[in-house]
Amino acid sequence: MRQEQNNIFAGIDWLLVLLFAVLVGFGWLNIYSASKTEETVELLSFSTEYGKQLIFICLTIPLIVLILFFNAKFYEKFAGIFYILSLLSLLGLFLFGKTINGATSWYNFGVLGLQPSEFVKAFTALAVAKLLSDRQYNFKLIKNQIKAFIVIFTPAFLILLQPDAGSALIYLAFFFVLNREGLTLNYIILGTSVIVLFILTILFGVKWMLISLFLLITIFSAYVIYRGGKRFLRFNWHKILGVYLIVGVFILGTGFAYNNVFQQHHRDRFEILLGLKTDNQGIGYNSHQSELTISSGGFTGKGYLKGDLTQGDFVPEQHTDYIFSTVGEEWGFLGSTLVIVLFMLLMYRIIYLSETHTNKFGRIYGYGLASILFFHVIVNIGMVIGLLPTVGIPLPFFSYGGSSLWGFTMLLFIFIRLDAHKHYDW
Amino acid sequence: MQKSFLLYFFITLVGVVFIGRLFQLQIVNGNSYDPIHNAAVKIEYDYPERGYIYDRNGILLVANQLSYDVMIQPNQVKPLDTLEFCKLLKITKEDFLKRYKKADNYAPYLPSVFLKQLAKEDFAFLQEKLHKYQGFFIQKRIIREYPISAAANVLGYIGEVNEALAKNNSYYQPGELIGKDGIEKQYEDLLRGQKGKKYFKRNNLNKITGSFENGKKDTLAINGKDLILTLDIQLQEYAQKLMTGKRGGIVAIEPSSGEILALVTAPSYDPNMLVGRKRSKNSAILMDPKNLEKPTYDRGLKASYPPGSPFKMMNALIGLQEGVITQRTSFYCYNGYRYGKRKNEFMGCHCGIFGKPIKLKTAIARSCNSYFSNTYKRIVEIHNKPIEGLNNWSDHVKSFGLGNYLGYDLPQGSPGLIPTGDYYDKRLNYRWNGSSTISNAIGQGEVQTTPIQLANFTAAIANKGFFFTPHILKEVDKNPIDFPDFTEKKQTTIDKEHFSPVIEAMHEVFKSGTGRWSQVKGIEICGKTGTSENYAVVDGERIQLEDHSILVAFAPKDNPKIAMAIFVENGGYGSTIAAPITSLMIEKYLNGNISKATKYRETNMLNISLQSEYDKLIPKKEEIASGTK
Repeated sequence: MRQEQNNIFAGIDWLLVLLFAVLVGFGWLNIYSASKTEETVELLSFSTEYGKQLIFICLTIPLIVLILFFNAKFYEKFAGIFYILSLLSLLGLFLFGKTINGATSWYNFGVLGLQPSEFVKAFTALAVAKLLSDRQYNFKLIKNQIKAFIVIFTPAFLILLQPDAGSALIYLAFFFVLNREGLTLNYIILGTSVIVLFILTILFGVKWMLISLFLLITIFSAYVIYRGGKRFLRFNWHKILGVYLIVGVFILGTGFAYNNVFQQHHRDRFEILLGLKTDNQGIGYNSHQSELTISSGGFTGKGYLKGDLTQGDFVPEQHTDYIFSTVGEEWGFLGSTLVIVLFMLLMYRIIYLSETHTNKFGRIYGYGLASILFFHVIVNIGMVIGLLPTVGIPLPFFSYGGSSLWGFTMLLFIFIRLDAHKHYDW
Repeated sequence: MQKSFLLYFFITLVGVVFIGRLFQLQIVNGNSYDPIHNAAVKIEYDYPERGYIYDRNGILLVANQLSYDVMIQPNQVKPLDTLEFCKLLKITKEDFLKRYKKADNYAPYLPSVFLKQLAKEDFAFLQEKLHKYQGFFIQKRIIREYPISAAANVLGYIGEVNEALAKNNSYYQPGELIGKDGIEKQYEDLLRGQKGKKYFKRNNLNKITGSFENGKKDTLAINGKDLILTLDIQLQEYAQKLMTGKRGGIVAIEPSSGEILALVTAPSYDPNMLVGRKRSKNSAILMDPKNLEKPTYDRGLKASYPPGSPFKMMNALIGLQEGVITQRTSFYCYNGYRYGKRKNEFMGCHCGIFGKPIKLKTAIARSCNSYFSNTYKRIVEIHNKPIEGLNNWSDHVKSFGLGNYLGYDLPQGSPGLIPTGDYYDKRLNYRWNGSSTISNAIGQGEVQTTPIQLANFTAAIANKGFFFTPHILKEVDKNPIDFPDFTEKKQTTIDKEHFSPVIEAMHEVFKSGTGRWSQVKGIEICGKTGTSENYAVVDGERIQLEDHSILVAFAPKDNPKIAMAIFVENGGYGSTIAAPITSLMIEKYLNGNISKATKYRETNMLNISLQSEYDKLIPKKEEIASGTK
């Protein structure tokens, strides 16, 4: 039993493959609806977006076969090299990259553009898995924690420079992986409270936040001192003072950064989302149209190819980042809920399978995959249904785009490969 | 498994939140989604013809004409030769830029009006050249036309709906026309008809991509209904002409039906002034609050003043009904009536019958103040409880339609005022009786009425106790109206038999009293003249002006055909201006023309101008009048 089988499909989790196929297939149907024009053109053609996407989908098959062809050991062994290569591909963008919409994120090969950041996610996940699964690696050491941060944030930083903040944001997903491997929740709690404070400061203004937080801290301190007595105060006065100081500096800093460091279009997006501003024609147009389009679908939707807002091209970028709004309009509450449930199933399944790995490498990689998918789904669908600010990242397997499709296919099928081998000793 | 809890938890949480949000969007908000009124459906309107308006004899008063607006859709405008284009439209470049900016600010992707109501000759010329200018096109529009330039106050006018209404009302779109005053406003729903709608699918570039649901929802335009008014436009025009140089209001009613035959306010204006491109300039002049002529203020409906002597008939009727006087009751007059012990508690009288008994008929014919003061006092103090007596009096008066909006079908109006016991309790702190409210006896003091109320009061006398609510609409598309408000008889609280002596007395007024100079041969006119004192504050000084004159009349005495009230600002005694105009109108209406014998009267009236009196109202010191100092 400890011998590898020659059949590359042996041990594959067919449920994952099925979920993959359903998402990609349903995604294409919606891309077709969102991008079709009056003239009928052949399906397999480079002249339309749905035609191109169909070609991209066909090309995933050789890609999948190629991925499955290598054995699991290969991915572990070459994880470091892949990682270095992917960093180089990101660096290369600064020399040879093509600028689209202000971001230098593309290599141009004639009809085909490749976006390396879509692939780098997979290789970073491999590198993280490799680093953390090392037997010498003790995650309790701060030094090792910093190592992990460097591996994760170097690509994120390079992507941020393109600048493509949306794709860079995704690397935060690795916190789940680190948490699983022993990083305390403190980082996440700290991060979350920073975000909450930030939003509240923008919402209510620096003055009110300072007054109310200082009041809260004072009340809390008074309570603690009352309970603990003078002794407590003698030993802890510097901590109390420190809390005041940190909160004060953070809030003042937020106010300053928001008004002076942020650019107007960033501020606009935040303010529209927080309801401080309404702008249904300008920057808020996309979100507004998208929400309207989804609302119009009702419970059962208007029917495939019958969504008048989709067919009238009222939602900009509908076949890429806003593809979920097509689902909302034409398939209604039922269809869009189904898509969310499918994504949830996919992620549950990946986590479930990861936990069954005896091998740390596979487990960590699986976590990386699930977390990246999770972040993509949150940010993308959250934006389309108007819960999060406009951040342009694709919906995995669904959105139009070769790089994104192949990137996620790679991510998933490397896991499927690792998973198929989980019972073998490498 | 415990270590994977966090991610499981977050995935589940996010999934639930997202599905909840979808529920909110698609199920909760989804119900309010309108499949027709959204960005993907374009509605094109087909405007129906607005209904025509005719007078009671079928003479056309309001018709339609075509007008052409230049429209703009800013996002389709391509760079153009501005200079040439401005020349074509006869506007300046600054004006062009201002208009463009306005349209662009409103909605770059929607058409809006660029230049309103082109002249016909400009349109013909422009139509040939306009194809060169993308984003501009011409929209036909129907506007009003008035073949006869009279009765502007009755007909009203149409104008663009205001933004608030266009937003709240599902029928009107911004820029569409709606009735703004008079008949046009009152019967907007009948006149406007129903817009036809065509639905098209469109894309985000506003390009039409096909019909919506194969035109299943499309509707045809339904033309507005034609209205026939109760107005006799010849009488109306004649009355307006007689009022030249005077300010005031005249209302003439057919007593047997409540139909308004003439409703005059002077000065008035030509209804054609509020049509076309000159409209905004003209409306600014007409509606200028500093314009003392107030041509858009309908004096016939709104001018609320103490009615003066005509109100004595009211007290006579109530006195007879309550039994406090009879036809044979007589009172004495000593150049007036003393109602209190103090020196100033004395009401003067000009009846000229000193110390002899005066009966009802003479009292009305000679307008004796003392007689009606005695009568009023008896009415109010009948049970020694002034509040009961006065409330009873008030109820009688109100049964004639006084003291409140009459309920006629025109949008302007004023309630007037008929005091009640409560009113005096508040005003005079419960310390009052018949004497302290004695002015009511002769229609001065607190009582206020409008000309249309007085005309209706007169009609009720002519009918001997009932009236029909005055109204201006006679037929809709040749079908007589059947609104119960206008077709049902309203009974007053006075019994029929009490009217005869009063009518006889009114007849006497035109036979031997103040109206005797205005008799018309062959027509028995019954009426009563009156005056109302008035003061004005000009340049901070209170000055007394010539009295307003008031007259009510109906004719013929038996089987009355016309009842009217006329009110002339600063017209002095009723006999000088109000009575001749009344008799001329009655003669014109009943006989169709003015006989040679009375022609001089007509010439007189056309030449009399009260302008010198009105000029006293013009402030000489500008700053005091405008209140800046």
